[in-house]
Amino acid sequence: MSTASLNTYHNQPDESGRFGIHGGRFVAETLMPLILNVESAYKSACADKDFAAELAYYQKHYIGRPSPLYFADRLTSYFGGAKLYLKRDELNHTGAHKINNVIGQALLAKRMGKTKIIAETGAGQHGVATATACALFDMKCEVFMGAEDVERQRPNVERMRLLGAKIHPVTAGTGTLKDAMNEALRYWVTNAETHFYIIGTVAGPHPYPQMVRDFQSVIGTEAREQIIKAEGRLPDKIVACIGGGSNAMGLFYPFLDDKDVEIYGVEAAGKGIPSGLHAASLTGGQPGILHGNRTYLLQNDDGQITDAHSISAGLDYPGIGPEHSWLHDTGRVNYVSATDDEALVAFQLCARQEGIIPALEPSHALAYVSTMIGDMSADQIVILNMCGRGDKDLGAVLPMLDKLGRL
Amino acid sequence: MTGRIEKIFANAKAAGRGTLGVFVTAGDPNAATTPALLDALVGAGVDLIELGMPFSDPMADGPAIQAASLRALKGGMTLAGTLQIAADFRKRHPDTPLILMGYYNPIYIYGNDRFIADAVTAGVDGLIIVDLPPEEDTELCLPAKKAGLKFIRLVTPTSDETRLPAILEEASGFVYYVSVLGITGTKSAAGDSISAAYQQIRSQTDLPIVAGFGIRTSAQAAEAATLTDGAVVGSAVVDIIATNLSDTPQNGINNDIVQKVATFVCELTNAICK
Ligand SMILES: Cc1ncc(COP(=O)(O)O)c(C=O)c1O
Repeated sequence: MSTASLNTYHNQPDESGRFGIHGGRFVAETLMPLILNVESAYKSACADKDFAAELAYYQKHYIGRPSPLYFADRLTSYFGGAKLYLKRDELNHTGAHKINNVIGQALLAKRMGKTKIIAETGAGQHGVATATACALFDMKCEVFMGAEDVERQRPNVERMRLLGAKIHPVTAGTGTLKDAMNEALRYWVTNAETHFYIIGTVAGPHPYPQMVRDFQSVIGTEAREQIIKAEGRLPDKIVACIGGGSNAMGLFYPFLDDKDVEIYGVEAAGKGIPSGLHAASLTGGQPGILHGNRTYLLQNDDGQITDAHSISAGLDYPGIGPEHSWLHDTGRVNYVSATDDEALVAFQLCARQEGIIPALEPSHALAYVSTMIGDMSADQIVILNMCGRGDKDLGAVLPMLDKLGRL
Repeated sequence: MTGRIEKIFANAKAAGRGTLGVFVTAGDPNAATTPALLDALVGAGVDLIELGMPFSDPMADGPAIQAASLRALKGGMTLAGTLQIAADFRKRHPDTPLILMGYYNPIYIYGNDRFIADAVTAGVDGLIIVDLPPEEDTELCLPAKKAGLKFIRLVTPTSDETRLPAILEEASGFVYYVSVLGITGTKSAAGDSISAAYQQIRSQTDLPIVAGFGIRTSAQAAEAATLTDGAVVGSAVVDIIATNLSDTPQNGINNDIVQKVATFVCELTNAICK
């Protein structure tokens, strides 16, 4: 027992919010009291049965959980190797895993008496989920979104507006997720006393990485029970895409101490790692400090953050959640990558083989699966986190497929 | 040995006035102009200088200082370059306190120990690192203080009585009161709120207390320097740089900017010394 607890991967973060050397609370003093407040409110919520019951209620009746663990029969035959299961979080209300976290944080905000919410968004899924929760709980919602992402994720912008959210397009920097997060933090600094910031991934200052992981862990907890029920055993490999890393942490966390389960996080390789035009912070970055935590970042020798590139707005981020950085340092999780082109192929393959149009983000995970599952044996099992549906991406994907003559 | 920072506050107090600090970003509008600007600030009578270390993602800064950082980075300014500017400044100006202000990541990548050693050698007096709250003191604050650098803390409108002791515990040099809730360069502070904050902080520390963020005019600077021990002006100076960029030579000094900043800063020092 004592050796087991020494070897657990479930003992992070420490009191100061560290995952190994990563994480922490690197924020301006203006935000410190707020973050400490969120931390103590979250601690008290975790100890409160009513909070858990309320969260469970909304997970079941509003989000539609549990999401199915679906045996992808046709993809399995197509690849001709291990059995592939899809964790269907794209079936959640609003079409992605983001709502799992948002409902949790919105309930926390409500508990803290806050009625004004800020969020950053890349693909727009987190923005839509936040706008949705704000409509549900009658809160005011302001979403910061990079100007470039406003263009490439139009349908989500329209959905947010319909739900009553105010969109702030961010033109600073490259006009993508990193800049949206800077701007959301600035806005929070300016409106610190009245607003709650719902961060959309396992990044930011402590306690956000831990809190978002906890709210997303429902994915892995369900998947673990479902696979045992379906197959009578644990999977051989589990795979998820990584932007900030919330859907991945959600799937991975309940499996971390199952040492026979191999875990793969798939970063966006954009136009290829050697091109420098990618979003693979673990593969191509080094530890640094941004957005309130230490983690692997894309940066130059002078510590200036460099731009990320990905076809997928949700993966277009130069950092990664600090717990992933720690899992990378410890070697527990294997971090790999898939390019824009590989993701496009997987996107189309999934649509044609399974009748499921995936988001571009999990298409990266499927692209990686396609490189290794064929070499596995037929009695092995792989679970892929299908964390979002692809409707939002049609505007970007269709012209590209058309150009490649693949439609 | 009394440090440069202690001296200027003692001198100003003896003269019955507050101090004036001015912020500029190293490398803005270009590397050649910064030393000339710093000389002009000293010439105009500023008491202390805050030299910004440019960063790509300045979380607590408004559009003016964000743009200044980006101009500096685009022109090739680095942390090593900023330290060189500081070292050269110290040779020309033995008495004016110079404080480096910025964000942690460039320092972390440069190497904390190496940075502290080079800053001490350059004759830097203190550091303001926006994203290093007391909770993260062990990495940079404590070793920097041990090496003789002052670690200047920001106190903000959200720092209530229960938070102040944590902020002030390792504070040194002076305390920087951020007089508005928010980022640099957006709105201006009201005199009575500065005064109330000053009293509250004063009850917990003997360090000099200066007000900054949102001080744009000589009237505001004079008021803040009366209500506290000094005023810091940043975005208003950076705005002068931003609106006079047109004739910046590739590798030379933009004298127009130097002159306009000098004129503005003279107005500030005159107002404060009155
Ligand atoms: C469907 C989907 N998957 C993944 C991501 C990436 O975020 P994370 O890595 O936090 O899961 C996003 C972000 O917008 C998304 O919309």
